Amino acid sequence: MRVNVAGAYSTKFGKHPESSARELLTDACLGALEDADVSPVEIDGIHVGNFMGELTDDQGHMGVMTADYLGTTGVPATRSESACASSGWAVREAAQAVESGTADVALVAGVEMMHATGIERLTDALANAADNEYENSCGLTFPGIFALIARDYMDEFGVTREELAEVTVKNRANGVDNPIAQYQEGVTVDDVLEARPIAPPVGMLDSCPITDGASAVLLVSPEYADENGLDAPASVVGSGASSASLALQDRDVLSRTRAAERAAERAYEHAGVAPEDVDVAEVHDCFTIAEILAVESLGFFERGEGAYAAVEGETAPDGRIPVNTSGGLIAKGHPVGATGVAQVVELAKQIEGEHPTQVEGAETAVAHNVGGSGASTTVHVLQAEGAGGGS
Amino acid sequence: MPSWFNELLDAVEAGDAFYLSCADCGASSLPPRDVCPECGSLELSEQELSTTATVETYTPIHVTIPAFSGETPYTVVVAGFDEGVRLTGQFVGDEVEMGDEVRLGVGEHDEGRYLTFEAV
Repeated sequence: MRVNVAGAYSTKFGKHPESSARELLTDACLGALEDADVSPVEIDGIHVGNFMGELTDDQGHMGVMTADYLGTTGVPATRSESACASSGWAVREAAQAVESGTADVALVAGVEMMHATGIERLTDALANAADNEYENSCGLTFPGIFALIARDYMDEFGVTREELAEVTVKNRANGVDNPIAQYQEGVTVDDVLEARPIAPPVGMLDSCPITDGASAVLLVSPEYADENGLDAPASVVGSGASSASLALQDRDVLSRTRAAERAAERAYEHAGVAPEDVDVAEVHDCFTIAEILAVESLGFFERGEGAYAAVEGETAPDGRIPVNTSGGLIAKGHPVGATGVAQVVELAKQIEGEHPTQVEGAETAVAHNVGGSGASTTVHVLQAEGAGGGS
Repeated sequence: MPSWFNELLDAVEAGDAFYLSCADCGASSLPPRDVCPECGSLELSEQELSTTATVETYTPIHVTIPAFSGETPYTVVVAGFDEGVRLTGQFVGDEVEMGDEVRLGVGEHDEGRYLTFEAV
């Protein structure tokens, strides 16, 4: 696969009480089109990721809404939903559409308006990603599910809360220079340990914040980019996706994300690369434990070793495999339906050499986007022109 | 709640908890499946489930959903049965630790019934 990222843009992530999904989506899409120097009339496919618009801001059907507000009525447009992996899935569908020749210019966007409702209703809406009868009916929440996973992992490998907290410390430090990040201040391990409990061992600062935001990328065929003289140094060269049981209780090992393991294996094979080829990664750190499982599933660390990646600086911007140079979900924020696209926006900047926390010589990058408690995952490999692979 | 879940809760309350066993591969699973999640077989039959299980993980919930508003903090556990399935339920008792033995039951509040695990 070789599908060029011609344009990429994210709105500011945070609180947008005066805005709405259609306004943020339009801002993100126009930003990506301007970055690509492509007119909306060129678009021949629209893929929008959104998880819970019906529940938070009473708006579904966002594929069509996006086409309408870009003045591109008539273009095929749809919404993808796979919980928090909704827009990772939209990236996959758009990349496949371009690869297959169905579209030459595919717009991918994602949005979530999480401040449009109160905390308990929002927690309830997020819990729809879990199993309603087997998990939600007894009062299990989404942070609670990751707490169950974290305790299982900590018990098996003797990992401490202090070690988990190092993920937050790293990602909050990375967020300081990212202009779109919701949090642009660093924190200490003590800050994380002393934060309000949500579902121990998950505390407020082990968790991503509640975020409004939208992101978009414009994917084009290499032929279209050539013919139109587009500057598109980054390409999507591999896509993998997989699934696992809806409920955590049905997984063979509670603290293994098998869907992510399979998605990563497929994406690497599709791209013709190996984990050791990866220069930088954006992973789905909705909670500190989630980044630890991500770096293990992506093959950067052995199982049980992911907990020490941030502790030992291996995933820092100057480490062996920099992870979440954007600040990740924990600092940048997690407008759930936008996150998969937002990761591609950040990695395109890394490959272009224009990221605020630039990794020197970044040529091969990986995006890892998780839905639910790990029940769905997409993994994408991006590469610079001439970096090899991309069969 | 859908009727399949109410039937499971009724069975637990009556002391007749059950799980599904695959005649082809022997894998254990939970209702209301028609298809074995391990091998795809349609040959699933209901089998008696033990009344006690072992705590594999747990978390005290401090920020909750509207159905449990005002009931925090409470603890949710995932417990494993000898038959090869796990269930998720709210803990009933003072304190829970990894590896504790707990008894499956049913709790009730204004919003409906749910599975519980009580300290043995």
